[in-house]
Amino acid sequence: MTTLDTLNENQRARIVDVDGDDGIAVRLLEMGLTEGEEIELLGFAPLGDPIEFFVRGYRISLRKSEAHRVQVELIEV
Amino acid sequence: MTALNSSASDSKSADGPSRPLKVALIGNPNTGKSTLFNALAGLRARVGNYPGVTVEKKIGRVRWDNRDIDLIDLPGTYSLSPRSLDELVSVDVLLGRQQDVGQIDAVVCIVDASNLERNLYLLSQILELKLPVVLVLNMCDVASTRGTVIEGEALAEKLGVVVVQTEAHRRVGLDALQQAIVESVSRDGIEPPTLFPDAFYAECDQLAALLSEWNEPAMPGYLLERMLLDVGGQVETQLAERQPERGLSSLTAARKRLKEAGCRIPMTEARVRYAWAREMLTGVVTRSAERRVTTSDKIDKILTHRLGGLLIFCGLMFVVFLSIFTWAEPFMGAIETAQGWVSDFVTGLIPPGALRSLLVDGVIAGVGGVIVFLPQIAFLFFFLAILEDCGYMARAAFLMDKLMTRIGLSGKSFVPLMSSFACAIPGVMATRVIENRRDRMVTMLVAPLMSCSARLPVYVLLIALFIPSRQWLERGLVMFAMYSLGVVVAIFVAWLLKKTFFKGETPPFVMELPSYKWPSPRIVFHRVYDRSKAFVTRAGTLIFATTVVVWACAYFPGDHGEVNAVTRQIELFNDEFGEELKSKSLRSSKLQGQLELLGILRSSDTSDDDKHVASSKLLKQKRIVDTSAETVRMAATRSSAQNEPLQQRIDELNAKLAPLTNQRNELSAQLIEGSILGQMGHAIEPVVKPLGWDWKIGVGAIASFPAREVIVATLGTIYSLGSEVDEEDAGLLGAIRGAEWPDGRKVYNTPVALSVMVFFALCAQCAATLMVIRRETNSWRWPAFTFVYMTVLAYVGAFVTYQVGMMFV
Repeated sequence: MTTLDTLNENQRARIVDVDGDDGIAVRLLEMGLTEGEEIELLGFAPLGDPIEFFVRGYRISLRKSEAHRVQVELIEV
Repeated sequence: MTALNSSASDSKSADGPSRPLKVALIGNPNTGKSTLFNALAGLRARVGNYPGVTVEKKIGRVRWDNRDIDLIDLPGTYSLSPRSLDELVSVDVLLGRQQDVGQIDAVVCIVDASNLERNLYLLSQILELKLPVVLVLNMCDVASTRGTVIEGEALAEKLGVVVVQTEAHRRVGLDALQQAIVESVSRDGIEPPTLFPDAFYAECDQLAALLSEWNEPAMPGYLLERMLLDVGGQVETQLAERQPERGLSSLTAARKRLKEAGCRIPMTEARVRYAWAREMLTGVVTRSAERRVTTSDKIDKILTHRLGGLLIFCGLMFVVFLSIFTWAEPFMGAIETAQGWVSDFVTGLIPPGALRSLLVDGVIAGVGGVIVFLPQIAFLFFFLAILEDCGYMARAAFLMDKLMTRIGLSGKSFVPLMSSFACAIPGVMATRVIENRRDRMVTMLVAPLMSCSARLPVYVLLIALFIPSRQWLERGLVMFAMYSLGVVVAIFVAWLLKKTFFKGETPPFVMELPSYKWPSPRIVFHRVYDRSKAFVTRAGTLIFATTVVVWACAYFPGDHGEVNAVTRQIELFNDEFGEELKSKSLRSSKLQGQLELLGILRSSDTSDDDKHVASSKLLKQKRIVDTSAETVRMAATRSSAQNEPLQQRIDELNAKLAPLTNQRNELSAQLIEGSILGQMGHAIEPVVKPLGWDWKIGVGAIASFPAREVIVATLGTIYSLGSEVDEEDAGLLGAIRGAEWPDGRKVYNTPVALSVMVFFALCAQCAATLMVIRRETNSWRWPAFTFVYMTVLAYVGAFVTYQVGMMFV
């Protein structure tokens, strides 16, 4: 198990949990990053931050610190 | 749970057709809600602010089926969980608790058809409000290109609400929507689905009992649930204020019990709502199995590419900047010309006096001073609307975020700040897109530090005078230093503000990147019109008022009898000889030009290239027919002979005019000195002396409060040159160079020039910007704060610059 910010480009993972109960955690959950969902890393901004993902049918951008909150399991291709 | 809705249908039928119906529009951002609102309500929306917050209140009155309906456009949101005061406003409106709006009769929930799952999260919360709901599946065309198939009727059946499919930008489905809305009002809201485990509702009931024990006012069921669900949210905070200690502790205890029962807060909410959404969509929506790589994805590959994307971004930003800086110029020039015509017209109509001065220098200048900003505002919002509507702005924020976080802001602050380099007014207005209130405020408060185009005349004037021109590099460097000064100070102030007044947890940057689409001309037009109108009506009136006040301070007290008489004489002179003087001067300068060219041909010192250029010009003007020495000599004689009587007459007329003009300018200068403005200048002289300034510069600084460029004209007046000078006027340059203190020392030297430039780089001499800040923040506190902090910074900066500069002189 690892966190979302460690993924490489085009890697896919399954979400296990989201750390914390503050505004950031709630936002991640509201946007659909819930347990069992599949998420794919699409690309990085210049300087490596923020990161763009594909989840629940749409594209979302997260800061590295925000992605770090999401615990995931890599999906082996 | 308290049922708030049982009385709703009673009041609907009791009031009959007299009370306007209230229908709220809500939905995720990027669902085309604005397009839909504009399509339904047209341009008739009333825009204002909800009291106490910076949320924009947008209500459009329509008349359908013989009923008056108020469409209330609520801000786009991903969920109805009020974490901030701004978010609480939407919830309060829907619950009918917002007094100036009142009871809501129906909710229209707009959903992006290609993003149904996430959009249904919000819908599940809305259903819990027990109001009649109309679900709008917008952007159906985009969904079908993505391979998504939706059975509208089956979905309506499963959800229990009316579903209307629309394509708002193509105006498809609007009639059906209108009908659905009208019908919905006479229905009751449906019973919402039970999403949470029993343990949760049990805790809610316990909480309700506890609150009534504490004599807390009864709360709508939805808010009670939010109190439990939103850790650190608004409802919890408000309870904690009223019931210190026991309020928070009972919530924490309840959450702990729920966690032990397998119902973790806040995870559970997301889990149950999304499970419900998925269940609703099963069998009703079929998505293509593979994620199709759409055109949108392909475009994004380039636009968010680490290098290519960045370059394209810089290019686009440059275009936006250029438009405000350069392309708006001809329009601004046209407005200034028009202003001149009107002024001239009034001048011709009324004899010199207080009334005329009020009209020309007060009213017309005031109105012109507002309208002149419209081209810049229109251009900026034109480009911003296109970029935003096509979906690019999210990418811009994505690319710039890392850079902005270093200052404590987010990527969304970049474009407003960058626009402020051209003009802070549209820049401040553009901060509206920043959802987080703290970030938005900080961005607004530092935007005026970005050296705007109005500071340029001041820089140009002073650099031309006092930075040695042997090396143009030095001049460029000083200019660059002034711009950088603004940026550096802004970074520091933003950091400071974030540490003090605007402390708080870092807001989430979690941001959706919507699919690209062709920007709709209608939306773009609406946006430009919206913002321009808002500027003129809200800020414009205040800017106008300020200009008139400053005019009055410069005019009174003072006996204008003499200067008016002289001005009258000048005007009579111009009536009689003006045309003649003008045409003769024109002819004379043309002849002089020719004589110069002929001189080049005859001289032995000039190069062949120069001779060639000169002769082709003269041939073109038909002054000579060939370049033989004889022809040239004769042409020179002829030109000279023609010019002499012209020159004589011009000198004759000028000899009559000049003393009148000089007298008028001198009297004007005296009047300014004696006016309130002048007296203020003298009064603050001890304060500005440490900056190296004399009272005249002080007056200039005060007078330029409505607009920075005014200082050049004010200095012109004070130095008896009249107010029509600009920053390149030789007379003004000379006067400034020669200005002396009573003891004979020169007033202006390089440190003084630098101190004036630094002051203008950091000062808030722009009533227009302050008024726009007032409008956007809905209070006087923040423009006052901006003025104070910038003036203090400017003073300190100028002081340090002068004192340090003098050590090197």
